[in-house]
Amino acid sequence: MGEKLLMKGNEAIAEAAIRSGCKLFFGYPITPQTELAEYMAKQMPKRGGLSLQAESEIAAINMVLGAASTGARVITSSSSPGISLKCEGISYIIGSDLPCVIVNVQRGGPGLGGIQPAQSDYNQATKALGHGDGHAIVLAPNSVQEIATLVGEAFDLADIYRMPCMILADGALGQMMEPVDFEAKPAREIPEKDWACCGHGGKRVHNIVNSLYIEPEELERIVLERFERYKKLEENEVKYEEYLTEDADIVIVAYGITARIAKTAVRNARKKGIKAGLFRPITLYPYPKKQLNALADKAKCFLSVEMNMGQMVNDIKIAIDCKKPVYHYGRTGGMIPSPEDILAKIEEISGGNA
Amino acid sequence: MTLRELATEKVTVISGPYGSGKTNIAVNLAMDIAKSGKVCRIADLDIVNPYFRSADNAKMLEKMGVQTMIPLFANTNVDIPALPPNYQMLFTGEGYSVADVGGDGDGAAVLGLSHDDYIEAGYKMYFVYNRYRYITSEPEGALEVLNEIKRASGLEFHGIINNSNLGAETTRETVLNAIPYAERLSELAGIPLLLTTAPDWLDIENTVTITDITKKLF
Repeated sequence: MGEKLLMKGNEAIAEAAIRSGCKLFFGYPITPQTELAEYMAKQMPKRGGLSLQAESEIAAINMVLGAASTGARVITSSSSPGISLKCEGISYIIGSDLPCVIVNVQRGGPGLGGIQPAQSDYNQATKALGHGDGHAIVLAPNSVQEIATLVGEAFDLADIYRMPCMILADGALGQMMEPVDFEAKPAREIPEKDWACCGHGGKRVHNIVNSLYIEPEELERIVLERFERYKKLEENEVKYEEYLTEDADIVIVAYGITARIAKTAVRNARKKGIKAGLFRPITLYPYPKKQLNALADKAKCFLSVEMNMGQMVNDIKIAIDCKKPVYHYGRTGGMIPSPEDILAKIEEISGGNA
Repeated sequence: MTLRELATEKVTVISGPYGSGKTNIAVNLAMDIAKSGKVCRIADLDIVNPYFRSADNAKMLEKMGVQTMIPLFANTNVDIPALPPNYQMLFTGEGYSVADVGGDGDGAAVLGLSHDDYIEAGYKMYFVYNRYRYITSEPEGALEVLNEIKRASGLEFHGIINNSNLGAETTRETVLNAIPYAERLSELAGIPLLLTTAPDWLDIENTVTITDITKKLF
């Protein structure tokens, strides 16, 4: 359309999903994600789709499993405690090699936690969205505009690699309003879904979607095949953004809304003569290991800035083979760091190390 | 017309679709009333939005002499719709009251609850329109929400505030191009277009300057 309009992050996720050909939403309300479900409830019936408020998050994710089995594009969304409830279903979806999009608009935890923004589900999203050997792709947009393109990309990646893709957002991103233009995302080639259970019409052998295997040898073979796909994903689909990292002594690593705040801190640090830069992973799985490793040969240290207690620190250390020190600055429990807080930490580190 | 001139009755209700800029208008209006030397209070009656609400500006408003009426648990983790404890002051307090109301039939249910109090105290209710707000960008879509609020509140609208903006990306063209749409909404709704706003970094003739008071994260 080319015209910019104002949208909340939550609304933009829903609109982008509908524009990506997703006709099915199954969810359950939870703050700070509810506008997404509300938008779907209002828009889907008008646009030839279905939006269903399930009786629970568990029911919703299993509806996603069923719908995805037919090859349809399907999405569910929730916030932190609701995602924990979905984890069993997500593991079954991974084990059944099904594409779908799962949205987590994170809030403070653990437990019922709070309703203010957080990034404390990083480990859950990137390491274990369910039991078993497996992964989901994890994308972390940092603006309402980026949501508009990454949601479409999430559906494409899910279809191409036959696995769930999570949009890992947070309450601030979900609630804030920014101009957005739903310009056409570059089209990707989507393989034919010849595995889908959508009626064989007596013309082919019926398909089976399943995550149970009787023989351990067969299950091992299936898991190994799946990990071959993960390898391709890690080789081809890493996304990241760099800002002033070229000559940076201190590289801040931050994703999502925190990267926006850190960018201001980096600018202010530069004004004070501190060579700071920002590395923003956009794919949290697959993690941009190679790119960070290359930076570690030039930078003096890294600073992970997150709205959690340091969940990404180990991923940075592994990515850079512990070549340089990795510090952490975080707020948690629904608190948002300010650019001044981050700058103070940058100054503290550069006073000693950089 | 100035923003201050909107407050002719005891209660000024600022309503309109989510994201049209109601809180910004309500806070600017309350500050203008306080500046004119009158007693003024602002009530955060948003029972839907968990964050980005007039409660964010409480300290600044109190400093300017605006009394704030904020639900006890606004901006905490208590996720329940609640009204401020001194809610009745809206109708009985001295001077002027400004009510910032959440923007659809559900948000406006809070108005219906006290329908008779608004009538008795005397009120003016204004519809905030933003041409650049998704779904309600077209006058027809905005009219649907306007009618929804009317139904839920049982109250009448007295005019339209054209607050068309694209946040930080608002330009002179953004403001000027939206005016015909606001005029069309005025025609459809049968109520006057009272004023068009512009952010304080733009200088546009025949507009009312508004300061952006939205909480800044970065």
